[in-house]
Amino acid sequence: MTPALLPAADTPTINEAATAFMLVAASMVLLMTPGLALFYGGMTRAKSVLNMIMMSFGAMGVVGVIYILWGYSMSFGNLQDGGSDLAGIIANPFHLFGLSGIFEDGATRLIDPFGVQVFIPESIYVGFQLTFAVITVALISGAIADRVKFSTWLVFAGIWATVVYFPIAHMVWGGGLLSGSENGLSAKLFGATDGVANVLPIDFAGGTVVHINAGIAGLVLALVVGKRLGFGTTAMRPQNVPIVMLGAGLLWFGWFGFNAGSELAADGLASTVWLNTTAATCAAMLGWLLVEKIRDGHATSIGAASGVVAGLVAITPACGALSPVGSLILGAVAGGLAALAVGLKYRLGYDDSLDVVGVHLVAGLWGTVGAGLLSTSTGLFYGGGPRQLVVQVVIAVASLLVSGILTLAIGLALKAIMGWRVSEDVESDGIDQSEHGESAYELSGFGGGRFGTGSAVSTHSARPAKTTEGASA
Amino acid sequence: MKLVTAIIKPHQLDEVKEALESYGISGMTVSEASGYGRQRGHSEVYRGAEYQVDFVPKVRLEVLVDDMDAGSVADVILKAAQTGRIGDGKIWTVPVDDVIRVRTGEHGTDAL
Repeated sequence: MTPALLPAADTPTINEAATAFMLVAASMVLLMTPGLALFYGGMTRAKSVLNMIMMSFGAMGVVGVIYILWGYSMSFGNLQDGGSDLAGIIANPFHLFGLSGIFEDGATRLIDPFGVQVFIPESIYVGFQLTFAVITVALISGAIADRVKFSTWLVFAGIWATVVYFPIAHMVWGGGLLSGSENGLSAKLFGATDGVANVLPIDFAGGTVVHINAGIAGLVLALVVGKRLGFGTTAMRPQNVPIVMLGAGLLWFGWFGFNAGSELAADGLASTVWLNTTAATCAAMLGWLLVEKIRDGHATSIGAASGVVAGLVAITPACGALSPVGSLILGAVAGGLAALAVGLKYRLGYDDSLDVVGVHLVAGLWGTVGAGLLSTSTGLFYGGGPRQLVVQVVIAVASLLVSGILTLAIGLALKAIMGWRVSEDVESDGIDQSEHGESAYELSGFGGGRFGTGSAVSTHSARPAKTTEGASA
Repeated sequence: MKLVTAIIKPHQLDEVKEALESYGISGMTVSEASGYGRQRGHSEVYRGAEYQVDFVPKVRLEVLVDDMDAGSVADVILKAAQTGRIGDGKIWTVPVDDVIRVRTGEHGTDAL
């Protein structure tokens, strides 16, 4: 959906149903990142699961902080009066720096981003958008599992969100280049009427901003960072398949907040989006399992979890434009395509460890382009002609290029300045120990050693005093 | 004294334990082990990538016995652990110089 750049009406009234809905939706999207951490953590090797999970949690910390400081302002600072926009690429990062500008007389402003007279507090709009920025950064981490310095990752998370995510979110949702505004690419291709492009780009909940963006960034980083030791020769079996399934379940649940919440109102379209999201996801799981059964002989658990995620990714841009049956078709194709795409890394030799490319990039591209085929109002298969399809391809390719080039620049710069890789010894012994000083599992009970050597334990009071009585006991 | 060690299939453990108890063996040590013999391993597929899993889960069971019992204990384990299918495991017996019961300090057969 493309926000209209209208100033708020004279006497806006809060829509309490929409506000309640957005509070829930934002909380659900926030839960997706811990869900993703489990989804990814279960698929890594036992020696690096904590690092994998911490890459997601670290993204929550870094991106959450900078979103409040300048992220929202860069993406959406132009939506309300007084904000400016630089060439459709970014809004002014300082206009709403620290968000003090969204409060008037001590209360949050009301905002109606779609110009449909549904007013919600700007605070929860910020919150909702914050959770999107967090998970997009976290998604990238799966491509570089098991081998990256935690410090470099955190710095990357902040720079990438600022240089890549905030501008792309602005371009698509903040009235910029990839939106349906009269300055957007679509309006330049097919013209605009009354300030709105004749062909509105379809990206309901973030196929371009979130999935194509994170997917291509994952591919670029996997190439910059390089392969894990032993990639393609040694077995790297998932350490805990049940938590992969749990993570996929949490992602599915949270995704209803992501997709239906993107309507910004508890209404009929949000309900249809819920249904379409489910339809595509169920079909995608079956699509993936069918490919696996034919190719590998078994329908696997990780295949089911991956199919679920592929379906959710594909329906994300399209969920507001399709019929339920159209969603089934989009989902089934997405599951099958992604199942085939995860084999590419072995053939082409890039170590996208947890298939960010195979799942998010491929399904994200298909969902964005597929919307141009299956949209019930403007899709090619529904007699809408090729113009929607062209616009969809244009926004997909534009996101690919912008994200790919900028991610390459950031990745190479960090490689030169901080370095990405932990040492080979650390990588083969397990990154959890060296980067976090912890182990995920203590199953044997044979750890040995003694308590109380850390800085948190006072050497004077906590350690049992050696008394004569104690020594003789 | 002898140490009888058996590598058996994990799901045969209860049967072997009960057979040893009815023979009159009063204690044993069991540990999880993994390995392969003629059975070899199996393959698993994750997202289309096939992994050969060579070491399959086994149980290692150890019993200390008097010299004269060693043969029959091995037989008892053999009968209880045998399924006739590949992967049933192995049993071996080695001599033991001394055994000490930690609680009392008893040595030799008294400590069994």
